[in-house]
Amino acid sequence: LAPWVPVVGLEIHAQISSNSKLFSGSQVQFAAPPNSLVSFFDASLPGTLPVLNRRCVEAAVMTGLALNCSINKKSLFDRKHYFYADLPAGYQITQQRVPIAVNGSLSYSLCIDNKMSQMVTKTVRIKQIQLEQDSGKSLHDDTRSQTLVDLNRAGVGLMEVVMEPDMCCGEEAAAAVRELQLILQTLGSSQAVMAEGQLRVDANVSVHHPGEPYGVRTEVKNINSIRFLAKAIDYEIQRQIEELENGGTILNETRAFDSKLGCTVPMRDKEGKQDYRFMPEPNLPPLILYDAKSLPANMNHQQVINIDWIHERLPDLPSVKRKKLVEQYGILPEHSFTLLNEEGLAEFFESVVKQTQMKPKKVIGWILKDLLSYLKQHSLTVKESPVSSFVLADLLNLLEKKEISSTAAKQVLAELWKGEGKTPLEIVKEQKLELLQDQKELEQICQAVIDGHKNEVIMMVLG
Amino acid sequence: AALNGGLRSQVSAALKEGRVAPTELCQRCLALIKSTKFLNAYITIAEETALKQAEESEERYKRGSQPLGILDGIPIAVKDNFNTAGIETTCASNMLKGYISPYNATVVQKLLDQGAVLLGKTNLDEFAMGSGSTDGVFGPVRNPWSYSKQYKEKSVPKPHPEDEESSWVITGGSSGGSAAAVASFTCFAALGSDTGGSTRNPAAHCGVVGLKPTYGLISRHGLIPLVNSMDVPGILTRCVDDAAVLLGSLAGHDPKDSTTIQDDFKPFELPNLADVSKLSIGIPKEYHAPGLSSEILALWSKAADLFKNAGAKVVEVSLPHTPYSIVCYHVLCTAEVASNMARFDGLEYGHRSDMKDSTESLYAATRREGFNDVVRGRILSGNYFLLKQNYEKYFVKAQKVRRLIANDFVKVFRSGVDILLTPTTLRDAAPYTEFIQEDNRTRSAQDDILTQAANMAGLPAISVPTALSERGLPIGLQFIGRSFQEKQLLTVAKWFEKQVQFPLIQLEEVKRHDSDVFQHQKSASFS
Repeated sequence: LAPWVPVVGLEIHAQISSNSKLFSGSQVQFAAPPNSLVSFFDASLPGTLPVLNRRCVEAAVMTGLALNCSINKKSLFDRKHYFYADLPAGYQITQQRVPIAVNGSLSYSLCIDNKMSQMVTKTVRIKQIQLEQDSGKSLHDDTRSQTLVDLNRAGVGLMEVVMEPDMCCGEEAAAAVRELQLILQTLGSSQAVMAEGQLRVDANVSVHHPGEPYGVRTEVKNINSIRFLAKAIDYEIQRQIEELENGGTILNETRAFDSKLGCTVPMRDKEGKQDYRFMPEPNLPPLILYDAKSLPANMNHQQVINIDWIHERLPDLPSVKRKKLVEQYGILPEHSFTLLNEEGLAEFFESVVKQTQMKPKKVIGWILKDLLSYLKQHSLTVKESPVSSFVLADLLNLLEKKEISSTAAKQVLAELWKGEGKTPLEIVKEQKLELLQDQKELEQICQAVIDGHKNEVIMMVLG
Repeated sequence: AALNGGLRSQVSAALKEGRVAPTELCQRCLALIKSTKFLNAYITIAEETALKQAEESEERYKRGSQPLGILDGIPIAVKDNFNTAGIETTCASNMLKGYISPYNATVVQKLLDQGAVLLGKTNLDEFAMGSGSTDGVFGPVRNPWSYSKQYKEKSVPKPHPEDEESSWVITGGSSGGSAAAVASFTCFAALGSDTGGSTRNPAAHCGVVGLKPTYGLISRHGLIPLVNSMDVPGILTRCVDDAAVLLGSLAGHDPKDSTTIQDDFKPFELPNLADVSKLSIGIPKEYHAPGLSSEILALWSKAADLFKNAGAKVVEVSLPHTPYSIVCYHVLCTAEVASNMARFDGLEYGHRSDMKDSTESLYAATRREGFNDVVRGRILSGNYFLLKQNYEKYFVKAQKVRRLIANDFVKVFRSGVDILLTPTTLRDAAPYTEFIQEDNRTRSAQDDILTQAANMAGLPAISVPTALSERGLPIGLQFIGRSFQEKQLLTVAKWFEKQVQFPLIQLEEVKRHDSDVFQHQKSASFS
C-alpha cells in the first residue's frame, strides 16, 4: 500500500485583549450578564457607524511582527454577508482583500519519540493575519423552540491567523498552536485562553499519496483545547485514509469534533457553499500605517501608528527567552522549553535561583521534577503553589550547605506541600532530619546500633 | 416683521429684539402644519417637545443671556430617516413603524445644541428610495404649489371637484416632505438627504433652495443609510443665505463618522458678490439630456446669458461619462442597499413577523412584511451584483466607471472652470396621477440623470429656484462646485438668486393664517 501524506493547515481566531471592541466603545469582558456590553453599533441600530479601535490595530501589528510578517502599510476592510441570529448587521466586518499582515512564519519545537531530550524545530508559514469582528453567541433552547441571543461578544476584535498546510499531524498542529498561544500571551495582544473562547482553532485536513496532488480537504471545527486539537486532527487523518482505502471519496465539508466520542461528525450545513457577497466596507477608509521612513514630519504621532516604534518595543518572544535561559543558567533547551510552557514557572525558577547558592543546573531538577509534578498531580498552577519560591530556596540552601541529605530534603518538601506555614528549618528540627556532622556523635550512634543488635552482628561477622 | 425672510438678517434679529417670541413662532408653525395637513409633509409632529424647546429658547432670550446661535428658537423639520431620540423614526417604512431611536443623529444633535426647535419628522419615499416622495407607507407628499394661485391660474378649470383634487403635483423626492415643509412655511429650514439628487430634486420642484454638501463635510452618523459612499445630509431653505447658516451649524469633523474629513471647518457669511467677471462658468453639454423639456432648456440658456452679460466667462464643457452614471449608480446603489438592509431581521428592533417556524422563515416573513416592493427589488438586484461570479463584472466595473465620472469633473475644474451650471430636473413637477404610471425604478432612472453624477464624484451642488414654468410650477437650476468649495458655490448661487428674483408662493392657507406675520413680498430676495 502506498504511503499517505497528511496535510494540515489551521485557521486560528484570537480575541484581541483590549478594553473596548473593534469598532465601538462598549467594553470587552468575559462572562458578563447577557446583553450588558452592547453599544448601539453592536446591536446594529440603523444609522450607527464603525470607528476603528487603535489598540486593536496595534495588537495586530505586534502579532504580525512577532510572526515575521510583512505589515501592509495599507489594508482594507470588507463586509462578509450571511444571515444568523448572532450577527445583528447581517454582515461581519473583516479584511478579505488586503489584510493587515502577510507572509510570516512561526517556529515551534517538538519532542521526537516522546523523549524530551530530543527536540526538533519546525516551521509553519503564516499566510496572513486579518482584523475582524467576533459574533455574538446564540443558545438554542429546543425544549421551548427558541434561540437566546447574547450580543456581549458581538463586535469584539479578533485576529484571524491563517497557517499554511505545512503541518502533518495532530502533534505538530498542537505544538504550533501552543507556541502561538505563548507568543500572544507574551505580547499581551491576546490572553489566548482556549477555555474562555479567546483562542479558537479550526483545522483543514487532507491526505494524498506522495507526488500526487493534494486531496479534498475537510474543515474541522468545535475544538476546545490543544489536546483535543491533536486528537481531532489525528482522527480525521485516519478517517480519511480509511475512507479512501475502502474506495470511498472525501467530501469538501465542515465537520465538528465530538470530544466525548473522540471523532469528527459532519456539521449541519452552516457555512458550506455560501456566497458571502463580499463588498468593501464603505464607512471605513483604508487603514494606513507608517514607519519611521514614511511618517510625515508634521503628523501628530498620536493620530498614527508607527510600525517601527512598535517593533522597538516588542518584548522578548518565547524563543528568545528560552535561549537566554539556556545561556544564562546553563540549563538544557528542553528544560527551558518546559519552563516556558507552564505559566509562571520560568519566573519561579529565576526567583529561586536568585535566592539560593545552589547552581541553576541543580535547581532545575527540583523545579521540573519535584515542584512541577506535584503541581500537576494536584491540578494547581504555579501561582497556586503552596510552596513559594522563597520557601523552596530556603530548603535548597539547607541542602546546599549539607545540613540535610537529599532524601531528607524530599521529605521536608512533602511536608511543605501541606502548606501549614512551617519553615523548612522548623520541619527539619521537628523530624530530626539534620545531617550529623559530629564524628564522635556518629560513632556513638553506630556503636549504639551495633550494641542493640548483637545477634544480627554475629550473623553478619559469620558471613 | 417679514418672517419669511432670511434667518440671519430677519428672523434671528426679530427674536433677539423681542419682536417675536420663540413660542409664538413655534405655535404658528404648528398651526400651519395642522392646516396644511393635506400636503402630508409630516409623519410625526413633535408638538410637546417642540414647545418645550421653544420655551427654553424664550427663557434664554428673555434673560438677555447670549442665544445659542442664529438658530436659537428657529423651528426646523427633519427628514424621517435621521435618528431622533425619543421621537419616532420610521423611514416611511413598515419595518420601522413605531421605532423610537435611543440616540440623535449628529446633525440633529448639533441643531438642538444650538437651540433649534424640532417641529417634527418629514415624509419621504420608503428608505429614501425614489424620486417622487410617493412610495412611503404614509402616502405621497403633495407639492404645496399644487394649491398655489400661480398653478391654479394656469391650469385648465376642471368640471368636477374630484378632478380638482386629483390634479395635485408631486414634490419630487425622496426628501419631498422636507421640501414641502419649507415651501409651505411650516418651518424655516429642513434637513433632507441626498444620494442621487434626493434633496436637489424636490427643492427644484417645490421652489426652495436645496444644498448637497461635499461628501465628508457633514456627519452621516445617525442618518439611516441608503448608499454609504454617496449619502450626504441635505439642507433645504428658502434662500441661499439660510443654507449657508445651516451649513455653518452642521459641517465639521465627527469622530463618530470615519468618513468625515479632519480639517477644521470655518462657518462663513456669504459676501454680496457684485463682480462676476473673474468667474468661469462651465456648461456641460451632456446635461442636455434626452427628455429635457424645451422650457428648461431655454431657461438654462437664459441663465448662461445672465452670467455672460454680467461679464463672466461662460464655456461649454464636456463630461463625457455622464450618460453612464445611471447604470453605474444602479449597480453601486443596489449593492450597498442589499448590504445595508441586511440588518433588518426583526430581532433587535423594528417590525418582527409572527412567523415562528424557524429563524430563516422569521427573517423572510419579517422582511417581506416590512419592506415595500421598491426596497425588496433593490435588495434582490444588489445581491445579484455582489455574487462571487458577478462581482468583477458589475460591482468592480461600476466602481471603475465611477472613477471615470469623477475624473471628468476633475479635468473640467482643472481646466479653469469654477462652477458648472446645469438644470436640476428634466421638467417641472408632474401630476401625481401621471407620475405613478411608471414604476419607481423607471422614474428614478429618468429623474436622477442630472443630479446623480455629483454624488458619484462627491461634489457639492445646489439647486436654486429660478422661474416658474408655463404651468405655474417652480423650475430650479443647479450649480456644481469643487470639493469643499461651498463658500464659492454658495456665493455664486446667492448672486444668481438675486438676479432671478423667484416669486413667493401665493398659498391660501398661509394667507389665511398669518396675514399679519407672513407678509407677501414681490420677491424672496433681500439685501
